[in-house]
Amino acid sequence: MPNIPPQFGIFLFIVAAAVLPLVFASGYQTFQLTMVVIYALSVLGKNLVTGFGGQVSLGQGAFYAVGAYTAAVLMDQWDVPYWATLPIAAITSGLVGLMLGLPALRLGGLYLALVTFALAISVPQLLKYKAFEGWTGGVQGIVVSKPDAPFNLPISSDSWIYLFSLAVGVVFFLAITNLVNSRIGRALKAIRDQPLAAEAMGVELARYKTLTFGVGAMVTGIGGALSAIAVGFVSPDSFTIALSLTLFVGMVVGGASSISGAIYGALFIQFIPNIAEEISKAIPGVVYGVILIAVMFFAPGGLAGVIANQLRRLRAARVVGTGRAPS
Amino acid sequence: MEGVLHQIVSGIATGGIYASIALALVMIFLATHHINFAQGEMAMFSTYIALTLLQLGLPYWAAFLATLVFSFVMGVILQRILLEPLANAPVLASVGAFLGLLLIFNNVAGWLFSYTLKPFPSPFGVGDPMFGGMFSRHELGSTVVTMAVLLSVWAFFRFTRLGLAMRGAAYNPVSSRLVGVPVGRMLALGWGLAAGIGAIAGMMVAPVVFLDPNMMGGVLLYAFAGALLGGITSPLGAVVGGVMMGVIENLAGAYVVGTELKLTTALVIIVLVLVVKPSGLFGKALASRV
Repeated sequence: MPNIPPQFGIFLFIVAAAVLPLVFASGYQTFQLTMVVIYALSVLGKNLVTGFGGQVSLGQGAFYAVGAYTAAVLMDQWDVPYWATLPIAAITSGLVGLMLGLPALRLGGLYLALVTFALAISVPQLLKYKAFEGWTGGVQGIVVSKPDAPFNLPISSDSWIYLFSLAVGVVFFLAITNLVNSRIGRALKAIRDQPLAAEAMGVELARYKTLTFGVGAMVTGIGGALSAIAVGFVSPDSFTIALSLTLFVGMVVGGASSISGAIYGALFIQFIPNIAEEISKAIPGVVYGVILIAVMFFAPGGLAGVIANQLRRLRAARVVGTGRAPS
Repeated sequence: MEGVLHQIVSGIATGGIYASIALALVMIFLATHHINFAQGEMAMFSTYIALTLLQLGLPYWAAFLATLVFSFVMGVILQRILLEPLANAPVLASVGAFLGLLLIFNNVAGWLFSYTLKPFPSPFGVGDPMFGGMFSRHELGSTVVTMAVLLSVWAFFRFTRLGLAMRGAAYNPVSSRLVGVPVGRMLALGWGLAAGIGAIAGMMVAPVVFLDPNMMGGVLLYAFAGALLGGITSPLGAVVGGVMMGVIENLAGAYVVGTELKLTTALVIIVLVLVVKPSGLFGKALASRV
């Protein structure tokens, strides 16, 4: 087999992801795919914090909510164009992440899980709070109008939002891939696997942990902002602890310490509940719970880990088949 | 002034419930260094079992006892089949398993018993408030029950051989095993006890907040705050912290932030404790051996 650079495969995948839905998907299916991109981005933020940084955050739904509300409030109150809300949403969610992460990161481990869990539980209440009602719309939430395609492009609003989200998603996936393959990424892995040794080698624990937590919150916040644009509506009850748990399930099922795992996880949390819900309203939660425990026991690397193992086995089999010694 | 006093007294009543859950959390934390995020949902599930037994016609205290036995067995089984294998797994694995449990209990409860609010009877009956309007009958009764539970847990750990063995297994599993303590069985026993304590808390809080699958969310958060405030390494601290959280909740609700930010109050206290004194009021600073 000739050597095709892996970048080419990724390029093909992106082109296919951009073109195929425009041709084959209905409006609702396109919306579902947009949600997959949004979830993938949000889970990616979580993977960075937990899978690569080794810090268990259970409150990623809160940063998603901050991003979504920032975008919605900006569009609603000041008529900011939808694309311009993204950088601002990135900043606010990143800052909130830093503010909450700082005290807990100092202590690490379970304390961070506790604080972020507490945050996730209290988010809907904060969003409903009367003092912010002028901005957040209280229990009613905010309705924003979905943007149309620019330059008179002959595609529907749903398709345009899909392409827009996909473009944002691609940029951040590439950026995070570069980040984890860089010096910073190696420092993170060192901190995750051997914090003491890493510190002794001169890696500044506090700085890197805080940085990852902030960046993770930011990436998830951008996912949230895109969701406000795509759904056209935000309300407190969309951002309960259930959202944080969903993102957690997405991370674990996809594979926490993998970039592509975020995509598998997003596909899972977007489509499995729809299928399961046909049996009973309570089923998706039960399925999530059972799968979560099963993954912890049988496939700690998630889907990405399973796929990587299979590929390795295939490759090994091929090497044996051609009579060459595996190197 | 009387208003303040009433808020404090009724805060102690809910505080007893927070203290029970906080104690259950701390017991498991001391033994395994895990935080059981499903503690609240387990208690909620036990409360549904109690309601089912009551609907079958059992007298209250018989249903109460049967629920305790059920919860104890449930706790032991969960520890044996689910958590024992994860004892030395990374934090993410144990947190994942606990969240899985949380999701399963919450949704199975919704599935079996529906998501509608259900009234839960109080064994202490309805009647006029007592002591010049300070206590409702249920508040007084549930305070007595939770305090009795906390006292007997303390006595059990302090005065019985089994309690001593359990403490040994938690503090120093290796040495305990060497002197013949079956450490695994002790941990399972601890899980059973914690589940039982949680069940009592669930049955005591359900008449106040009504029973639904999400009943324990707020309670668990206040119990977390209580456990941290008292010091997550100290059972006494968990109890004191839990009771304090009940009083803080009432005072803050009545005079400072209103009831709308109840959960946020707990979050703020958690963050404050972690910033100011992470070891809590009674806890030891956690140090890890290098």
